[in-house]
Amino acid sequence: MTQAAAEPAEKLLEVNNIEVIYNHVILVLKGVSLTVPKGGITALLGGNGAGKTTTLKAISNLLHSERGEVTKGKIEYRGDAIQGLSPEALVKRGVVQVMEGRHCFEHLTVEENLMTGAYTRADGAANIKQDLDLVYEYFPRLQERRKSQAGFISGGEQQMCAIGRAMMSRPETILLDEPSMGLAPQLVEEIFRIVKNLNEKEGVSFLLAEQNTNVALRFAHHGYIMESGRIVMEGPAEELRENPDVKEFYLGVSDEGRKSFRDVRSYRRRKRWLS
Amino acid sequence: MPTNVLYLIEVLANGLMAGVMYSLVALGFVLIFKASGIFNYAQGVMALFAALTLAGIMEGQVPFAHMINAVFGTKIHHFGWHVPALAAIAMTVLVMIAFAWAVQRFVFRHLVGQEPIILFMATIGLAYFLEGVGDLMWGSDIKTLALGLPQGGSRWLEDATAGWGGDDFYGFFIDKLDIVATGVAIVLVASLIAFSQYTKHGRAMRAVADDHQAALSVGISLNFIWILVWSLAGFVALVAGIMWGAKSGVQFSLSLIALKALPVLMLGGFTSIPGAIVGGLIIGMGEKLFEYTFGPMIGGATENWFAYVLALIVLVFRPQGLFGEKIIERV
Repeated sequence: MTQAAAEPAEKLLEVNNIEVIYNHVILVLKGVSLTVPKGGITALLGGNGAGKTTTLKAISNLLHSERGEVTKGKIEYRGDAIQGLSPEALVKRGVVQVMEGRHCFEHLTVEENLMTGAYTRADGAANIKQDLDLVYEYFPRLQERRKSQAGFISGGEQQMCAIGRAMMSRPETILLDEPSMGLAPQLVEEIFRIVKNLNEKEGVSFLLAEQNTNVALRFAHHGYIMESGRIVMEGPAEELRENPDVKEFYLGVSDEGRKSFRDVRSYRRRKRWLS
Repeated sequence: MPTNVLYLIEVLANGLMAGVMYSLVALGFVLIFKASGIFNYAQGVMALFAALTLAGIMEGQVPFAHMINAVFGTKIHHFGWHVPALAAIAMTVLVMIAFAWAVQRFVFRHLVGQEPIILFMATIGLAYFLEGVGDLMWGSDIKTLALGLPQGGSRWLEDATAGWGGDDFYGFFIDKLDIVATGVAIVLVASLIAFSQYTKHGRAMRAVADDHQAALSVGISLNFIWILVWSLAGFVALVAGIMWGAKSGVQFSLSLIALKALPVLMLGGFTSIPGAIVGGLIIGMGEKLFEYTFGPMIGGATENWFAYVLALIVLVFRPQGLFGEKIIERV
């Protein structure tokens, strides 16, 4: 698979102006549009409650069990509308989500967790075994702990287990929700490096929701920044990294040196990107 | 060997066998509770319904005969054939699978994400509905299950052990049906455990029990797993229905065996298959032993309440039951 960061790549996923409402009343997404190109890492950035997770869940169709609903807009994968598809059908099409907070099956062993990822596959035990070995190659730590119950392994290992489990479905696109949550900086780095590796060597495209803007923009090709249910900014990762506003609000550095939080807030109120 | 000890052994053995029967009912509860968090009040009625269906099919009864006769003025009641036991069991299994599908399709699919208490209420409704349908389909008369299972005390065992004690000891009395039930229960549990440990769908079943959302996210169909689990529970109910039905006839009171399963569940834990078995055995043995040793002192009939008191004591000291799943909490 060729790396296609620079030249315009084939669009895999296209989200077009979607609106999501929870419980019939709470408007969470107010018109979000984004595209995920084939073979890239696309970062979806923003603070708590910006709507990153909801966007991912709207794509993977996990909203339904939380009483959420896409009320407007279109979501297309390879040109087909996927809004009505069950998560199961989506996994079969190659779109799998790694949920926020890891969500390993606590009472299953690490290996059993990985094997559940292959649930939708029908290409035979030999191929599945091959992929299991591949996952262990990327996550040697998981191999060491393959017989442990997933509830007892460390947070970093659980995150690896969750990503490995998603890999077991042989996905084309992984929706990765907040992989850095609750992990030490070193581990975050390690996990992002593996994600990058999977992207480059296995050709898996990623849509990555992340609060850790700094790390995410270093590994991603393209970024979207969300704020209260809207996309407020987008661009190639390098550009976003150099953008003074992003620096100011998300990377915590500015040309005038560090500011106190209170100043930043009032500054923010004065200077809305989109109002 | 002193006769007293021999009697004690006999009491314990009978207790174990009775315990197996309780375990059979408790198993069905555990299966559904583990996979979907639903406490299925209808499990006992499912056993009754399965046994009724089996008996009806074997006798070649026309289902809903009363209704058909009332509407069309006909007088049919039997097809006039007898279905061999194995074929009838296979057909009953199909009926239970259809029932599982219908429950999922018409009841629980609409209740996804609701409070446990609401799901529980739904199963109460289901119990009464199923009870009515059972009556309507097969009539309310008491049926016998003529499966050809061996019954009555084992003469062989009695003769073999008669010489062990004094003159007043006539050998162990153990019902052959209980022995068969024990064998069947062992096979059933072993295959259930093998299924959930070593097969893809078994693994998915446990995954769903752990985390619905995550199971959905890796592409496991909750709907399918729930139908699977209800089918398994239906099958277990059929086995329990056969054993209890062969013992005491297929009649309404069969559905009350569910009440006996409650203390078993509290003792063994709601989430553990081995727990259901061991809980059943402890209760079966405990109540027989208690009746044998303390019963005469307090006027007997302790079997009616002993299990519940035991369960209460367990609840006080170990609310998750003896074998309930520990809640894994990382520090």
